[in-house]
Amino acid sequence: MTNNKKRIVIIGATSAIAEHCARFWVDDAAVDMTLVGRDISKIERVAQDLRVRSPQSVIHVLESKFTDSIAIRQLVDRVIAGGIVNIVLIAHGTLPDQIECQTDLSANQEALIVNGISPMLFAEAFVGHMQKANSGTLAIIGSVAGDRGRRSNYVYGAAKGLVTRYAQGLQHRLASTDVKIVLIKPGPTDTPMTMHLKQQGSHLANVEDVSRLIVKAINQGKSVVYAPTKWTLIMMVVRHLPKFIFDKLDI
Amino acid sequence: MVEVSSWGMLGSWEHEVLALSDRHHVVHQLKSSRSGIAHGMGRSYGDVCLNPGGVLWKTTELDRFISLDESTGRLVCEAGVLLRDIQRLVIPRGWILPVTPGTQLVTVGGAIANDVHGKNHHMFSTFGDHVRGIILVRTDGTIIECGPDFQTEWFSATVGGLGLTGVITEAEIQLRKVSGPWLDAETLPYANLNEFFQLANASETEWEHTVSWIDCLSGKNARGIFMRANPINLINHPEPKSHKRTIRFVPPVSLVNHLTLRPFNAAYFNFKKRQAGKRIVHYEPFFYPLDNLLEWNRMYGPHGFYQYQSVVPLKVGNDAVQAMLREIKKTGEGSFLAVLKTFGDRQSVGMMSFPRQGVTMALDFPNQGDKTLKLFASLDAIVREAGGRIYLAKDARMSRDLFETGYPRLNEFLHYRDLGISSAMSRRLIGS
Repeated sequence: MTNNKKRIVIIGATSAIAEHCARFWVDDAAVDMTLVGRDISKIERVAQDLRVRSPQSVIHVLESKFTDSIAIRQLVDRVIAGGIVNIVLIAHGTLPDQIECQTDLSANQEALIVNGISPMLFAEAFVGHMQKANSGTLAIIGSVAGDRGRRSNYVYGAAKGLVTRYAQGLQHRLASTDVKIVLIKPGPTDTPMTMHLKQQGSHLANVEDVSRLIVKAINQGKSVVYAPTKWTLIMMVVRHLPKFIFDKLDI
Repeated sequence: MVEVSSWGMLGSWEHEVLALSDRHHVVHQLKSSRSGIAHGMGRSYGDVCLNPGGVLWKTTELDRFISLDESTGRLVCEAGVLLRDIQRLVIPRGWILPVTPGTQLVTVGGAIANDVHGKNHHMFSTFGDHVRGIILVRTDGTIIECGPDFQTEWFSATVGGLGLTGVITEAEIQLRKVSGPWLDAETLPYANLNEFFQLANASETEWEHTVSWIDCLSGKNARGIFMRANPINLINHPEPKSHKRTIRFVPPVSLVNHLTLRPFNAAYFNFKKRQAGKRIVHYEPFFYPLDNLLEWNRMYGPHGFYQYQSVVPLKVGNDAVQAMLREIKKTGEGSFLAVLKTFGDRQSVGMMSFPRQGVTMALDFPNQGDKTLKLFASLDAIVREAGGRIYLAKDARMSRDLFETGYPRLNEFLHYRDLGISSAMSRRLIGS
C-alpha cells in the first residue's frame, strides 16, 4: 500500500537522542517510520510510545545485528523495497571505557566496530539507493570526540573520527546530486550512555534540546551540525590548540 | 556522586544518581542497588525527594506513553512522563487530566506519591482519585499491581505514600472529557477573610476552579484576589504565545526581602484589582502561572526558601488563618506567593494524603535561619491547635510530633513501607 507520508528510518532507535528525534518527527506530522535496533522488546517499547503520540503515523520495528555486513545489506534492501526513504538517521553507538580499551583489545575492537565501522556500513548500504533515487537525507551521529584525539577517550574518538571522514567523503561524492548527508556532532548529552560522566560531575546537555537541533539541521539539510551549537566554538579552539599546550591539558 | 537539591534550594547534597530508563529492568536495578528513593523532577520543596549520601533513582527517563484509549479516556504511561506532556497530548483529543498541581513540570509518579491537588479539589478531589492502577516495584524484587479496585490497601498506602512503598513504574489514569484548552475565568478582589470565605463558599457549586492570592502583609484585614474559572467551549480561539523567561543565576541575596515585599504585594493587588471581571484564559497560564518563569526558585538567593503549606478544618479556618497572618506580619517576613484555598468534603484515597476538608494556606519564605524557623514554630502551634496538618511535599523541618498528630494513619501506613527505601524526610520523621 502506498501513502504520501514522509518515510523515516532510524538505526539505533532505542538511543535516547534517536528516541527524542522520533518524537519531534511524529509531533510534527504523521510519518511512516521504521525503527531498527538490536533488541526487539526495547524497540517495541519506543514504537508503542510513538503510536500513542501519533496514531496516524505508521511505525514499523525491525531487529538487526549491527556488526554483520550481510545482515546490514539485507535489512537495508528490505527497507528500501518498501519505497523511497526521505530521511535515514544512523544513531547507534556505545561509550566504551577508555582504560579498558587500552588493556583489553577485544573491548577496543568492539568499540571501534560498533561506533565506527557499523555506522559506515549502514550509511553505504542506504546511500547507493538514495543516489539512485536522487533524493533523501542521510544523517549520521558522530561526536565532538571525533574532532581531535584526546587521552581520555581516543578509542571512541577514533571511531567517531572515522565516521566524520566517511561522511565527508559521502558529501563529496553526492555533491552534485539532491541527496543530502548531514553529520551531527553532539557534545556530552544527558542520556543513559553518559550516566557515569554525570556521576563525575560533568555538565551534560539536555537530550531534548540536542534532539530538537538535530531534527532542525536534518530538515535544513545542513552538512555539519554541532549540538548544542556552543560546541562549534569549543571544538574550533580544541582543534587549533598548539600541540605543546594541548599536551599539557588533562582532557 | 552528584550534588542534588530540591526545589527549595535549602542546600545541595551528594547523591549517587541511578537513572531508570527501562521499565522492565527497574526490578533488577533496585535489587542490585543500595537503599534509595525515586526522584523525578525534584519539584518537591523540602527533603521528601532527597537522600543525602545515598542513591536517587531518577525516573525522568521512564517517559513513554503506553496506550491511550480515546473513546474511554484511559491513559497508561510510564511514571516519569510529565503532566505537561500528557496535557499537550490529550487536550487536542478532547481529554484533560482531571487534577493537576500548580506546575505541570512534575512526573506522574511524583504526582501520585505526593497525591497532589489542584484548584478544583472541591469537585475532583486529588490526583490519586483518578488513578485506576499502578505498577509498584519493590526493592525485594516483588512487583505489585494495585488500584482502587484491586490490592486496594497497597494502592491506598502508595497514593500519597512519599515514594516509601516502592518505585512506581507505570500508571493508568482516567482522563476527563474537555472541549478545549480555554477557561471562562473571573477575578474578584476581596477586602478581608470573611469576604474570602463567602466567595469560596458561594463559588464551590458553580465554579470548577477556585483559588486566591492573599496579601499576607496588608494588615488586620487580609485583602486578596479571588480567581475562579470553568472550562468553556471555544473553537478557533488564537492560542497565546508562550514567553519563557529564566532566572539565569542565583542572586547573592534574596530578592524577596523587606524592601521588595510590601511594595510588590501592594502593586500586585492593585494590578489584579484593575483586571477584575471576566476573561477568557488559556489553561496553561491559569493552572501553571509560574511555569514560564524557569528556575524562579533562584530569586530567593543562595540560602533558598521554605514553603509552608497547612490545612486546617473549616470551622476554625477563619480564626486560624487570621492568627497565622498575625504571626507573619509580626515578624515582617512574608511571601510573594501566598495562596489561600478551601478544600471540599472529599476523602482522599491515600493513607498519607495531605488534603482534607478545610482551608489551606501556602506561603514561601526566604530562608533566614533561626528567625524563619522561629516563625514556623509559632505557625505550627496554630496548626496543631486547630487540628490541622502540614503538606509533606512542601516540608523540610516539621517536628516528628506534629507529623504524627497531623497524619493519624501513619501506623497503618508503616506496614507497607519498603525497607530498602529511605529519604531524608523518612529518616527525619519516621526514623529510618
